[in-house]
Amino acid sequence: MSTNYDVIVIGAGPAGLAAAIEAKKAGARTLVVERNNEAGGILPQCIHNGFGSVIFKKDLPGPLYASYFMEEAEKAGVEMLFDTMALDITPWGLNTEEPENRGGQRGSAVPTIRITATNKTGFLELKTKALVLATGCRERTRSQIRLPGTRPAGVFTAGTVQRMVNIEGFMPGKNFVILGSGDIGMIMARRLTLEGAKVIKVIELLPYLTGLRRNYVQCLQDFNIPLELSTTISRINGKDRVESVTTVKAGEGLLPIAGSEEDVPCDTLLLSAGLIPENELAKKAGIILDPLTGGPVVDENMAVNIPGIFAAGNSVTIYDLVDYVSKAGYIAGRNAADYAAGKTKPAEYIEIRPGENVRNVIPQRIHKKNAGPSEIMFELRVSREFPEKCSVNVMDGDAVLYSKKEKYARPAEMLTLRLDSKSADALKNADNVSITVSDLKKEEGNSK
Amino acid sequence: MTSRKKLICVRCPQGCELTTSLDGYGAITKISGNICKLGIEYAETELKDPRRTLTTTVKVDGGALPLCPVWSEKPVPKDKITEIMRELDKITIKAPVSAGQVVAENILNTGVNITASRGIIIR
Ligand SMILES: Cc1cc2nc3c(=O)[nH]c(=O)nc-3n(C[C@H](O)[C@H](O)[C@H](O)COP(=O)(O)OP(=O)(O)OC[C@H]3O[C@@H](n4cnc5c(N)ncnc54)[C@H](O)[C@@H]3O)c2cc1C
Ligand code: SF4
Repeated sequence: MSTNYDVIVIGAGPAGLAAAIEAKKAGARTLVVERNNEAGGILPQCIHNGFGSVIFKKDLPGPLYASYFMEEAEKAGVEMLFDTMALDITPWGLNTEEPENRGGQRGSAVPTIRITATNKTGFLELKTKALVLATGCRERTRSQIRLPGTRPAGVFTAGTVQRMVNIEGFMPGKNFVILGSGDIGMIMARRLTLEGAKVIKVIELLPYLTGLRRNYVQCLQDFNIPLELSTTISRINGKDRVESVTTVKAGEGLLPIAGSEEDVPCDTLLLSAGLIPENELAKKAGIILDPLTGGPVVDENMAVNIPGIFAAGNSVTIYDLVDYVSKAGYIAGRNAADYAAGKTKPAEYIEIRPGENVRNVIPQRIHKKNAGPSEIMFELRVSREFPEKCSVNVMDGDAVLYSKKEKYARPAEMLTLRLDSKSADALKNADNVSITVSDLKKEEGNSK
Repeated sequence: MTSRKKLICVRCPQGCELTTSLDGYGAITKISGNICKLGIEYAETELKDPRRTLTTTVKVDGGALPLCPVWSEKPVPKDKITEIMRELDKITIKAPVSAGQVVAENILNTGVNITASRGIIIR
């Protein structure tokens, strides 16, 4: 195996596979480094359907969606290095000043990024001109959501149980309570029920569902599994094994309402309290992270602040639809290949801020004039519910540059805003850009 | 008398909120709110003959993994799901398995095949 590449991708999930396929098709020598023994990322354990509606216009199970990309990668001739964990990234600019000391490959104007990795054979050092981070996300754990009580066996994150039940064939309990109305929790409620376990209830601290409504309909409603909103767990009880959980209603400011405690006997508690981008490598390498998304600050090419490094997928922001993860992977892969070929010029940026009612948005910055692609896609989340018609606006100061109507907007569902090349052009001359979401109901009432 | 019924399309994670208009006999006169045509199909069947895609696993003999994920390539009647699960519990398939391989043909006479959603190599 060679150790010199044009593009190295870390992570063989849907984002990494798409990036590698596209980079390879653009002519780059491409390697994917993956710590698991197979490709697909989290998808092999997501056996439920719901993948591929955008790209394939089909409703596929996760493993099948992943297998299309694995085949594509193989056909394209992408090299894969499994059972290998990337430990460190050293961008060229960190320790060296002079261009000739940057460790650049002979005869090439593009300097080298070094990657340290480990596998059965020991430590490896890999060199690449461009790097794509596609390391996915991880689940919030008990300590991150601060659950008081004893520490008995029987408390798991929903994703851990998804892996046990769907891949290892092991059922970790009989009577389940699920904390958090995120998608993985609801999907597991159905899965456990189908496998003969009892799911007593799903409880959610917030006054609204945090996962997709389709999952409420087909995972909870279909199986008569109760969902209790504005409720949380105040204690986990049991010595060796979970014996019960104490639930409590949450009132104003999400504070517990005294006297509303209830003991719910169960032997297993599943936590479905959300996902956070996995960015240990990025942090160590000095990549700037956005505290609102938890992922790197990216531009419309999925480039981070360090030249030659790109990021895609759930390591950038948590997506609802894997299709958009793959699309972001394509963009990152194409641009990584361009960079490796020396086609990327230094550029000036304009910042994109999340404005009123917007919790976060990617990309956080875009190229000024010329350098950008012809159209731009923004992915954003609102910070509150919009049950009725609303508009998503691209603002330059107080001026509306572009707006698009949505029938509704919910914090649980990502909004995609696509600007065609003409609207994107107007944006490139702006200097104080924010994305906002506003109600449309009033205006409509007047016009009736 | 016409009436309206709101549904959430479950055919993909987009979860479009569909509004169906019904005439006095309960027949659909209009469906709106769908992004793609799967939504129309969903609303039509949800009111007459509710169906769901079933995804689960079956045991694998001699494979690199103990289970193979499988799915009903088309939605099956909602009220048959428990029975289909029981049927699939009895099945063990032999490795190697290829993605798309039929695991149970025309399951319980629904006209739907249960197929493997990934390949499994021999252990
Ligand atoms: C537990 C869990 C369950 C989920 N269930 C669903 C679901 O049911 N439906 C849904 O639509 N979405 C689900 N998601 C979201 C899902 O992750 C995304 O849709 C999609 O898989 C994201 O793709 P990705 O390529 O960004 O990340 P992933 O699929 O997570 O892939 C990241 C890959 O990077 C590898 N990696 C990470 N760090 C390193 C390193 N240092 N060195 C080498 N390799 C590394 C990982 O092993 C992994 O293979 C789930 C996420 C989690 C965490
Ligand atoms: S109508 Fe189409 S896009 Fe909307 S939820 Fe149904 S399948 Fe998805």
